[in-house]
Amino acid sequence: MNESNIKGEDIVERLDRFDELPDAPPRKRIKLSWVGKLAALVVAAWLVIVAIGPSIAPFHQMDFAGDDGFLPGDGEFLLGTDYLGRDTFSRILWGARTTIGISLLSTLGAYLIGITLGIAAAVRGGWTDTIISRINDAILSLPTIMLGLIAIAAFGSSIPILIIMAAVIYATSVFRIARALALDIMVQDFVESARARGEGTWWIVTREILPNAAMPLATDFGLRLVFVVLFISSLSFLGLGVQPPTADWGSMVRENLQGLPYGSYASIWPAVAIGSFTIAINLIVDDVSAESGGSLARKMV
Amino acid sequence: MMMKMVLRRILIGIGTLWVVSVLVFIGTSILPGDVAQIILGQSATPETLAALRAELGMDRPWFVRYFDWLGNLVTGDLGTSKAGGASISSLIAGRLGNTMFLAGIVAAISIPISVALGLLAAMYPGTWLDRIVTFATLSLISVPEFFIATFMVLILAVQLHWLPAIAYLSGNESGWQLARALAMPVITLVIVVSAQMIRMTRAGILNVMNSPYIEMAILKGVPRRRIILRHALFNAIGPIVNVIALNLAYLVSGVVIVETIFAYPGLAKLMIDGVQTRDLPLVQACAIIFCATYVVLILIADIASILSNPRLRQPK
Repeated sequence: MNESNIKGEDIVERLDRFDELPDAPPRKRIKLSWVGKLAALVVAAWLVIVAIGPSIAPFHQMDFAGDDGFLPGDGEFLLGTDYLGRDTFSRILWGARTTIGISLLSTLGAYLIGITLGIAAAVRGGWTDTIISRINDAILSLPTIMLGLIAIAAFGSSIPILIIMAAVIYATSVFRIARALALDIMVQDFVESARARGEGTWWIVTREILPNAAMPLATDFGLRLVFVVLFISSLSFLGLGVQPPTADWGSMVRENLQGLPYGSYASIWPAVAIGSFTIAINLIVDDVSAESGGSLARKMV
Repeated sequence: MMMKMVLRRILIGIGTLWVVSVLVFIGTSILPGDVAQIILGQSATPETLAALRAELGMDRPWFVRYFDWLGNLVTGDLGTSKAGGASISSLIAGRLGNTMFLAGIVAAISIPISVALGLLAAMYPGTWLDRIVTFATLSLISVPEFFIATFMVLILAVQLHWLPAIAYLSGNESGWQLARALAMPVITLVIVVSAQMIRMTRAGILNVMNSPYIEMAILKGVPRRRIILRHALFNAIGPIVNVIALNLAYLVSGVVIVETIFAYPGLAKLMIDGVQTRDLPLVQACAIIFCATYVVLILIADIASILSNPRLRQPK
């Protein structure tokens, strides 16, 4: 058939037929058990509080509203006051933004660094790959809390330093996953054929590797976020993370520990806040990975 | 062949230790910039700065300092602390013993408990017992160590008045007092470490349960208990030993939190104090000890899995 004979309608018809090609498997919908749904609700609630918490909190995080420290909960101070007489409930709402916000930013940073380097290492191969991988292995072979302590001893502690530090430390595990995924995808037939078509590296990375690596990386994001929340709040608990008077769940537990023997729950509530967030995420991840064969979570941890 | 693999793994381990020493040195000697400035702080004058730099040997190039430091480290000279100028070896000596003591007790209690519970959960998968164990351990590994510690204080010290909340060791307690002082940190760490170990033991045994010879045993009618205790357990010993060593390595981060919250006079508490006062030589020494312990425990875990797996004895 001569090319010039093809009319506009023909082309449209052909494109229509393309749509029906059975090469794309139907999108899998993630079904959650009732535990998973409840957990998703908890996570969603905390994310809303991250967004609007400070505006709905009855008091400012640094407002010495109560007359006395460690007051029990009543109508005015829902969860009582902390050791300086600040409203615990308000500080938890403010602290959500600090704790979850810092962790989210760090995890996003870790993903940005980890995926970029991981795919670069897989695509370039050779010396680039060897050098990045060796350095990565060395950092991975150390306990994260030690890396955190060394970095804080070196730089002191501030919120930007915490975010950068956590992003770099957790980028190592993202790197490993991203590199493994990219190596797997690179040897698939559709990448070969893209190469044969003469597509450039950038095209292959953005159109073939990234979309195919997206789902496993997304599941891993939840796990990584939990680790980062635990890491940041542990440092804050040690007095080395977020510095007072900023409200942060980890440092709130520490500040109010002295009240525990006198029956004050001011240190319990922020601990419950952290627990509800991290347990909920892990329950969702557990549910999703059980759905997709259960192998994912085991491989990733 | 197997010895060759083990030797290879040990060599890699030594390589990792070396890289770790470089990382710690970079972190505590190069990244902070001018250590003399940090030590003197506000009271620094150009003359005292120059004098201290010369005294610390900071005027020499970094690689000379690194090899100097490494040489001292290998011969056991850990340098002098900024606070009071005491030798770090003497500061660490007692503290290291306390931490090892704590870790030893925790290991002795948590290993049998975890293996037993992991086995039980694997023996009756899908039952209420298994679900409760799985849910409880998942929740426990999802929360920070200080969460568990805080709740232990709330329940055992505040509500029930069974135990003191803080562990002060003066060195001359009677056995009973010592046990009471240690109870809280030990219980917390046992919970933290066991949760992970139970999950991994259960997964390890269920993994073995999927193999054909277990199916064979089921088909010929061997009772489930007997299959697990006689067939599966022995083949899961390798993975379980691996799990134990890995989790003792995780103890490193647990110890940091628990020693701080209970004011336990161990190495981790010393290190946290060092970080707070930015006593870099002290942080450097503690970090090296913790990181080296961690790397060595991971090494033991790997060697255990090489030794216990006949397939790994023959490289492909």
